[in-house]
Amino acid sequence: MEMLVDVFLLGLLVATAVAISSTKDLFASIMLTGLYSLISAAFFVLMDAVDVAFTEAAVGAGISTLLMLSCMKLTGQYEPKPHRHRRLLGLVVVSVTGVLLLFGTLDTPNFGDDHSPIQDHLAPHYLTKSMEEIGIPNVVTSVLASYRGFDTFGETVVILTAGIGVLALLGFSPKRQSDDLDSLVAPMHHQKILRVVSKLLIPPILLFALYVQFHGDFGPGGGFQAGVIFAAAIILYAMIFGVHVARQVFRDGAIRLLAALGVLIYGSVGLLSFLSGKNFLDYSVLSDTPQHGQHWGIMLVEMGVGITVAAVMLIIFFTFSARVDKRERDGDENQRQ
Amino acid sequence: MSGLTGLIDLLSWLALVAGSFCALSGGVGLLRFPDFFSRMHAAGVMDTLGAGLILFGLMLQSDHWLVLVKLLLILKLIWLTSPTSSHALAKAAIRGGARPLLGDDMPGRGKR
Amino acid sequence: MFIAATLALLMTMILAMGRAFLGPSLYDRILAINMFGTKTVLLIAVLGFLMGRPEFLDIALVYALINFISVIGLLRYFEYNQAQLQAKLQRVQQARDEANP
Repeated sequence: MEMLVDVFLLGLLVATAVAISSTKDLFASIMLTGLYSLISAAFFVLMDAVDVAFTEAAVGAGISTLLMLSCMKLTGQYEPKPHRHRRLLGLVVVSVTGVLLLFGTLDTPNFGDDHSPIQDHLAPHYLTKSMEEIGIPNVVTSVLASYRGFDTFGETVVILTAGIGVLALLGFSPKRQSDDLDSLVAPMHHQKILRVVSKLLIPPILLFALYVQFHGDFGPGGGFQAGVIFAAAIILYAMIFGVHVARQVFRDGAIRLLAALGVLIYGSVGLLSFLSGKNFLDYSVLSDTPQHGQHWGIMLVEMGVGITVAAVMLIIFFTFSARVDKRERDGDENQRQ
Repeated sequence: MSGLTGLIDLLSWLALVAGSFCALSGGVGLLRFPDFFSRMHAAGVMDTLGAGLILFGLMLQSDHWLVLVKLLLILKLIWLTSPTSSHALAKAAIRGGARPLLGDDMPGRGKR
Repeated sequence: MFIAATLALLMTMILAMGRAFLGPSLYDRILAINMFGTKTVLLIAVLGFLMGRPEFLDIALVYALINFISVIGLLRYFEYNQAQLQAKLQRVQQARDEANP
């Protein structure tokens, strides 16, 4: 039964991928990308990778759709006709790569093989010792935040770097105030029902983000997902009530500071254990018993991740939409002259 | 006691089957109906009813109060968001210039 | 019985996907995506019961939220384009009025 559903979902994935690559309408392809994430998250659920499914749901289907849409406002909706290239050359390259990949699969272990190398070395240790060494029920969180804390630190820094990159490319253009900005950025005012329902929904979403943040020790969830959900709620508000209203609360300086603060919290926890005579990010020194210390460490680290992720998502969204407004005004002024 | 559990099981199965039927007919309607607004009608109505029935069937099977609460939350969310997004979509479509097919415009039915 | 519901939901997902591929208007596609999202929520909930892992419901909950937000995002894009168009029309009108008073 499970096998049947697996094959079915994989078939849907292939069909969606073909549809995405064949359409020239970027709007349709963004929607289909969202569909692709929905299907792959359902597939991850079937594979019992609950945390990955959670991330895919929040990041793939939610925030990346929103960010790509706001990016598309800058690029335009239709893909231009590609230049003529040599089709034969492309075919040869693709075929050679495909054959090499197929050849590579011969060496990989079978599907569901419990004696493959990945199951034989570290995984048994994590699965059997996690409860006594770390003391939290969700092994994924203990691997992510404690055993592999250094990797996760790297990932958080990568997210911060992405935010800085967007700011460096688009964020520091000279700012000009415009009068007709308000009429442009709050176009949802005639959707009364939508506004009321969103007002009802945003507080529970924020609360749910906090639940995801602090429940990560026990069930699926953690800083990455919580940060994304939090940012999605703010973006929902900004989309319906106007970006400038949301920016009055989440000021540019504040979110830039918060993005760096998350990484700072993470790094300070590492330095603290470093200075107490243990390895970098070894949380057992943070409290009187090692297990208790691990709890503290994981909570602090996840909080740092959550803050950075939420702040960077907001930075990217706000920077894109500010850019759109600016280009809008420039275009109009050029036309007037 | 076993009679009661049997009854609850029967009820939940009935709800699941009815919900599945609603979901499927909504899907058929979405694919087969001639214009956007009738498709939206099929999708919106059957979505809400089917989701309600399926989640109700699951609720009868839940063995822990937390599971029940989560199912209720999902149900409440779907009942809140699904009609809202349908309404917003229909309004956007009207403003964007889409008009429903009426009477004689229907394909497969010649002008009378 | 859960299996029957799973199969029905999967079939519905195929039907919705057909509409998402076919279009023809973008509204149809958004409608299909919305329906597909709801069906995914239900599918994950049913699968949780089928596999005896009710903690899957957390994911279903996230889906229900995220699905709403992304549909609103897609709608917002349309609204934005229309507002832009109207603003431009107004400007053209104004310019015309200024040119021949």
